[in-house]
Amino acid sequence: MEKISFEQLQEELYFEELDNGLKVYILPKKGFNKTFCTFTTNYGSIDNMFVPLNETQYKKVPDGIAHFLEHKLFEKKDRDVFQEFSKNGASANAFTSFTRTAYLFSSTQNVENNLETLIDFVQDPYFSEKTVEKEKGIIGQEITMYDDNPDWRLYFGLIENMYENHPVKIDIAGTVESISHITKDLLYECYDTFYHPSNMLLFIVGPVDPKEYMESIKGNQQKKDYTKKSEIKRKFEEEPQEVHKKKQVLAMNVQTSKCLVGIKALDTEQQGAEMLKNELCINTLLDMIFSNSSENYQHLFSDGLIDDTFSYDYTQEKGFGFAMIGGDTSKPDELADRIQKILLEAKSTAIQGETLERTKKKRIGTFLRAVNSPEYIANQFTRYSFNDMNLFDVVSTIEQITVEDIQAAAERFIDEDRMTVCQVVPKA
Amino acid sequence: MSVAEEKVKKYGGFNLHTVKTEKFKTNNIVVKWKAPITEETATLRALLPHVMQNSSNKYPNTASLRSYLEELYGATFFIDLSKKGDYQIISFSLEIANEKFLSDPDPLLKKGVDFLAEILFNPHADGKSFAEKIVEDEKRALKQRIQSIYDDKMRYANFRLVEEMFKGEPYALGVNGIAEKVDAISAEGLYQYYEKSLKEDQIDVFVVGDIDEEEIASYISTKLPFEERTAAAHTRAVHKEVKEKEVKEKEVKEVQDVKQGKLHIGYRTNVLYGDEDYFALQIFNGIYGGFSHSKLFLNVREKESLAYYAASRIESHKGLLMVLSGIDQQNYEKAVSIIKEQLELMKKGDFTEDEIMQTKAVTHNQMLETLDTARGMIEVFYHNAVSGVDVDMSQWLQSISKVTKEEIQTVANKIELDTIYFLSGSEGNN
Repeated sequence: MEKISFEQLQEELYFEELDNGLKVYILPKKGFNKTFCTFTTNYGSIDNMFVPLNETQYKKVPDGIAHFLEHKLFEKKDRDVFQEFSKNGASANAFTSFTRTAYLFSSTQNVENNLETLIDFVQDPYFSEKTVEKEKGIIGQEITMYDDNPDWRLYFGLIENMYENHPVKIDIAGTVESISHITKDLLYECYDTFYHPSNMLLFIVGPVDPKEYMESIKGNQQKKDYTKKSEIKRKFEEEPQEVHKKKQVLAMNVQTSKCLVGIKALDTEQQGAEMLKNELCINTLLDMIFSNSSENYQHLFSDGLIDDTFSYDYTQEKGFGFAMIGGDTSKPDELADRIQKILLEAKSTAIQGETLERTKKKRIGTFLRAVNSPEYIANQFTRYSFNDMNLFDVVSTIEQITVEDIQAAAERFIDEDRMTVCQVVPKA
Repeated sequence: MSVAEEKVKKYGGFNLHTVKTEKFKTNNIVVKWKAPITEETATLRALLPHVMQNSSNKYPNTASLRSYLEELYGATFFIDLSKKGDYQIISFSLEIANEKFLSDPDPLLKKGVDFLAEILFNPHADGKSFAEKIVEDEKRALKQRIQSIYDDKMRYANFRLVEEMFKGEPYALGVNGIAEKVDAISAEGLYQYYEKSLKEDQIDVFVVGDIDEEEIASYISTKLPFEERTAAAHTRAVHKEVKEKEVKEKEVKEVQDVKQGKLHIGYRTNVLYGDEDYFALQIFNGIYGGFSHSKLFLNVREKESLAYYAASRIESHKGLLMVLSGIDQQNYEKAVSIIKEQLELMKKGDFTEDEIMQTKAVTHNQMLETLDTARGMIEVFYHNAVSGVDVDMSQWLQSISKVTKEEIQTVANKIELDTIYFLSGSEGNN
């Protein structure tokens, strides 16, 4: 077991890669009541074309299957996993993102039992035709719920505008139609391909003894028979650099319009330190342009174009990435124009060193606040790790960002051909 | 196991609550202003903190104020409004890095207190009126905020259910006030309301973090000079009236262009925070619809696959139990009958010792987890301040563990169905 210390943060992280390839991280948190664990596979909604285990040809699977699989893992032949957790005072949950599926629990007692339940239920699938059919009703309602949600529709509308071929444009849960094609055999095929321990990461954060926990996890894994596995082959179609559509307007049952401007990312092949720096630079750049301490924000607000729902974010993964800027507005066209104009102006405006230093301070403070949260640490650490980055390098990377870095990021990232607009407006 | 301990001390016009803990890398200060929600004041009260939060005399615009917060290592400062029972509560929250995790030894917490003092006692005003333009900008934003409830159907259905259940009572008012009343507010009128609130609201100040409790207490007591309150302290009497209200089963159906129907059912629990059977109500709610092992989750979702979510929750200061579920409109009758039937089973005592044990374990866990966040701690402790009772955390946990099956059944039998609200895509149940 390896021990990594982060002195400024006063944290220690323990790590070991087990014989079957499972990566285990333990971060002791003194003073906390709860322990939070995530067990995550590097498999999400975008992984819809791959070579199934022990086969040779690429295969395309129905939209929404990773999320469907996440739901179905909770059901077993003879028991209900939720019941098992709650008997031990734990609350369990799971989520599927574009690139990951995570299973998790938190509890303040019987933590070792709960951890075992977590590992065992994820590693022991049971799918039957009957339970698969039943789940279609439940997930159908989940999809319908999101269909009525204007913010969700706006978000996916913007991604659809950006991407022509990449499966990131497909809703994580799929559609009622696409999930109707899911069968138990397809679920097993996805499971066998992506749930091998070597494609997974276990993260534990809480008031625990790392040695004891590592031993018990090893004991658990040694009882299970995992053969060595070849690398997973995924395929993605070619994606052009420019956006697929410049604008999309969705008429919905709302009273207030919404508007988002997106920028499609470049350099999405990056991993590791390079990716970390790029992601932090672009987020810092957006802060400098749009944060509520900026002149731009103040003008947009006093001109009546935005309210406190205004936000912005940049995120990057292997193969895709985007910035999104916007919020509720009574003037969606004017806001779209102004945001795009501000972005293009920022490209040619000199970066102020003083503003950068202040923004860096803010991002460091924000990171300190975030690491109060066991959920944030476990989820983000896993995401970073799947992209060969280290969450705990964030502060030192921010400290090293220079005016030149931000200038370069602005010049490379901001480009009219990669900008797009999505709006939700009231139905006429 | 460490359970959070709070120290409470009265200083002039406010109570200071401090919690010393080494859990966090930041310190939190929250100032809460409490007053009854009324038709006349709800909208003023909803606007006031928004006007106060983005400027002051020292920081006359958003950019200068927010830049200063960034200098303080990105201290977050925000306001929010909430309703607890018949009170409308304004919270001013500041979270600031603990300098011991930074290479820079600037005393951030004291600067944070100074900043809050500036916001609360030195607003952007001339002694008679807030700055006109700022008030107008915030009035526009408030109208948009009130309107936006309509666009989030789950929130909308909640709001409508409460509106129907408490027609003519202050509790029916939304926390953001009334859209039609926004235009009439003037910068002067708002300032007068500010002065009144500053004098009369019940004020609670919370500080959570790795602090020197005495030192910070003496600092805050000089920096936040709230005057001694003269208005009579609001008592639980406001709540008690509710208990005598007649309950009739009402059905309200509303049609909008939506794909998923929103079924929200309101019950009166006749039990409030601080009552003896409040703990039994907590366990009741857990078994009935509070968790993913609950009767509603199992029967509405897992067994019948009618819904993705089917849950219940309680409003501790109003004696309200709400069931919510998103369903296809054709399943309305079926869902309502399952939800009713499950309550009947609870009333008859048709639940096992295992279910009780399980629910106690999860409830216990949930409380301890809440105490792992500073904001969670503050909200838990604020329940006491709102209701004027004093339940400490070990007492709370102990009381939960002692709840018996009979008590749960008794509490179930106090629960009365009040209103069934259904928002759906078209008329009828076709």
